[in-house]
Amino acid sequence: MSMNRRQFLKIAGMSTVLGLGGVPVINLLKGDKSEASHVFVNEKALTAKRWGMAIDVSKFRTDDDYKKVIHACNSIHNIPDFGNSKDQIKWIWTDTYEHTFPTQPNEFIEESVKEKPFVLLCNHCENPPCVRVCPTKATFKRKDGIVMMDQHRCIGCRFCMAACPFGARSFNYKDPRLGLKPEDENTQYPTRTIGVVEKCTFCAERLSKGLIPACVEASQQIAKDAGTEAAMYFGDLDDPSSDVRKVLAGRYSIRRKPELGTGPSVFYIIGGDKNA
Amino acid sequence: MLEKALQGSRKYWTWIFFLLLIVGNGFINYLYQFKHGLGITGMSRDVSWGLYIGQFTFLVGVAASAVMLVIPHYLHDFKKFGKIVILGEFLAVAAVTMCVTFIFVDLGQPMRVLNVILHPTPNSILFWDAVVLNGYLGLNIVIGWMTLSADRKGIKPPAWVKPLIYVSIPWAFSIHTVTAFLYAGLPGRHFWLSAIMAARFLASAFAGGPALLIILSLIVRKLTKFDPGKEPIQAVGKIVTYAMIANVFLLGLEFFTAFYSQIPGEMNSFKYLYVGFEGHDKLVPLMWTSSILAIVSLPLLIVPSWRKKEGVLATACVALFISLWIDKGFGLVIGGFVPNPFEGVTEYWPTLREASIALGVWALGFLVLTLLYKIAITVREQTAGIEIEH
Amino acid sequence: MKIYDGGKIIVGLIVFVGLFTFPFVYNIGKANVMPEPKINTPAINELTEKKCVESKQFMRAEHMQLLNQWRDWAVRKGERVYVNSEGKPYTISLQNTCMHCHSNKKEFCDQCHNYMAVNPYCWNCHIAPKEKES
Repeated sequence: MSMNRRQFLKIAGMSTVLGLGGVPVINLLKGDKSEASHVFVNEKALTAKRWGMAIDVSKFRTDDDYKKVIHACNSIHNIPDFGNSKDQIKWIWTDTYEHTFPTQPNEFIEESVKEKPFVLLCNHCENPPCVRVCPTKATFKRKDGIVMMDQHRCIGCRFCMAACPFGARSFNYKDPRLGLKPEDENTQYPTRTIGVVEKCTFCAERLSKGLIPACVEASQQIAKDAGTEAAMYFGDLDDPSSDVRKVLAGRYSIRRKPELGTGPSVFYIIGGDKNA
Repeated sequence: MLEKALQGSRKYWTWIFFLLLIVGNGFINYLYQFKHGLGITGMSRDVSWGLYIGQFTFLVGVAASAVMLVIPHYLHDFKKFGKIVILGEFLAVAAVTMCVTFIFVDLGQPMRVLNVILHPTPNSILFWDAVVLNGYLGLNIVIGWMTLSADRKGIKPPAWVKPLIYVSIPWAFSIHTVTAFLYAGLPGRHFWLSAIMAARFLASAFAGGPALLIILSLIVRKLTKFDPGKEPIQAVGKIVTYAMIANVFLLGLEFFTAFYSQIPGEMNSFKYLYVGFEGHDKLVPLMWTSSILAIVSLPLLIVPSWRKKEGVLATACVALFISLWIDKGFGLVIGGFVPNPFEGVTEYWPTLREASIALGVWALGFLVLTLLYKIAITVREQTAGIEIEH
Repeated sequence: MKIYDGGKIIVGLIVFVGLFTFPFVYNIGKANVMPEPKINTPAINELTEKKCVESKQFMRAEHMQLLNQWRDWAVRKGERVYVNSEGKPYTISLQNTCMHCHSNKKEFCDQCHNYMAVNPYCWNCHIAPKEKES
């Protein structure tokens, strides 16, 4: 609140002082006040032209695998749990084939696909409707394709939730800290506040430190421990030699609601093993 | 002229305090919402807009309808509207006030509302909605005030008011078109993704708004010495009739496209609203109430000998207004969210607190309306018999 | 000379003067001790050179602007390394950089903020360091 008040006071002060011909005030308000010489991206940071993900749910062996992947995200991002679907915050979650791909129903689909839970998260669309509708640029598309949220700026109008065809966005109907035990908080990462929208950010904060998204890391750890192939891949969709492109090149994959033209960057590998 | 709102009978003040009481109750409930968040409403992750945005949408229509008096009066020189055009303009002011308040109470972070101006985003329809709504509010305040104070002095309004009146005509269309665009451009929301959405909005607005104006005119005649006149009311009645026919026709078009094409996404929301979807049917009784009221109102309006009886016209207008209020103020918004993007169903029903806040906003609107009408009517009573052309 | 409605005017003036001077009268006799933000945290004590990301004067006057810029750089531009006026790099992070040193929010941040009666909403989201209740 003090931010707004300060801005208000600035403007109020400026109009008063401008009347008195206070040039210093204009200079004071103008642009960069810090003494910094420059700001830059961490050299360890992972970069890409268009980040994307490929998910092969057939590689999830047990319910526990799903839980580990989801927990990896929930725990580091301080996702609250209110125990009801009304107030629920979801960054990554699971649902059935039917619900994940409601526009591609297929009653005779392989049992293994039909029964298997699919992992859902923000699609980080190439042409994101949520960004198009946001009245404050609180949600915006970064140069690397990530659809990012600036919770500092969100006014909580929820237009983006109406616009997202993938149900990827959650609103803080309640103070998120009420759904989070203090001992479970990750003190390295913020919570959110009441009345703002949030969603998966492809772990922008981890990429900046040179780490891949937490869910993918968890999935690859599971594969390593079990000596199997990983279920989730992450990488630059613009780079043919990236992990994700290599997986997609060899396997048949689909996306959620491609007919809407949003261009999801999350791909689902369906059936047909590499050697099949 | 403002002082005229401060002199009134006992009845007038009782009404004012009654409204203030409801506004106060809404405000106290809003403070609770402000502290605890929108979790106190019936809205959810799946149905993320509810009563507030529904009422906002409906009231934009009421606001836009002032143009139905302005066009005949100023473009077609239909003199009979001279006395009541001010009632339309002031109704628009009250309606836009409610719209803006409904948007405000719907925000999760209301203290940041100025971000819309600090970070203007022309690709967002909501940005444009804020622009056109505030512009329309300003236009109607200025036009209404200038013409009325000119009337009081028995002179013509200043020349610069005329261009503003002409601007207000397309502007009225713009507010409801832009509001329709909030919905009609969202991929994956089949119920809203319709090219005739703006046309439907305008048709329902030009039926509902003038219907309310007829009811208000009849109340004004009963309570004050100012008579809006039989003929203008009949003329507005005709406007209501044509607009309602257009509205029902356009809704029929939506039904045809959905059910003849048999595309599930196109049909599901309609099914949910009118017969229930996968066992969820909370809104069905409400939507049928709306449909029956619409069906009842149509013959009453269409048959000339019925419409000419003011009692029948009033009944038809009340039925029609309630019908559209349900359809647009509730069904339209909720229907767009059901089923959700996963073809699942989460139902919505407003909570008591949410309804109290909404009622408070309505009371605030009626308070503004009462004060403005009091001023306009007092002026009209004093200048009775003198007609100023403008 | 006769003042029309003199009584009302004088009463109005008294009310106005009363309202205007209320904050001053209200605070008479109250000790408004200058806040002294403490910097004796373990992390700061370990520093060989006790310096913040910028000079003390700059931080005292402009830390809010700096934080706003840090916020925009990190969240909106993805640039998370800040090089200060002396060429020294810092990770842009309120929780992990600022509060790492200033782990005594109550004795550091709150002291001045309370004194100035400002209530920054940073902490609605950013998790404050765990401190003992004092």
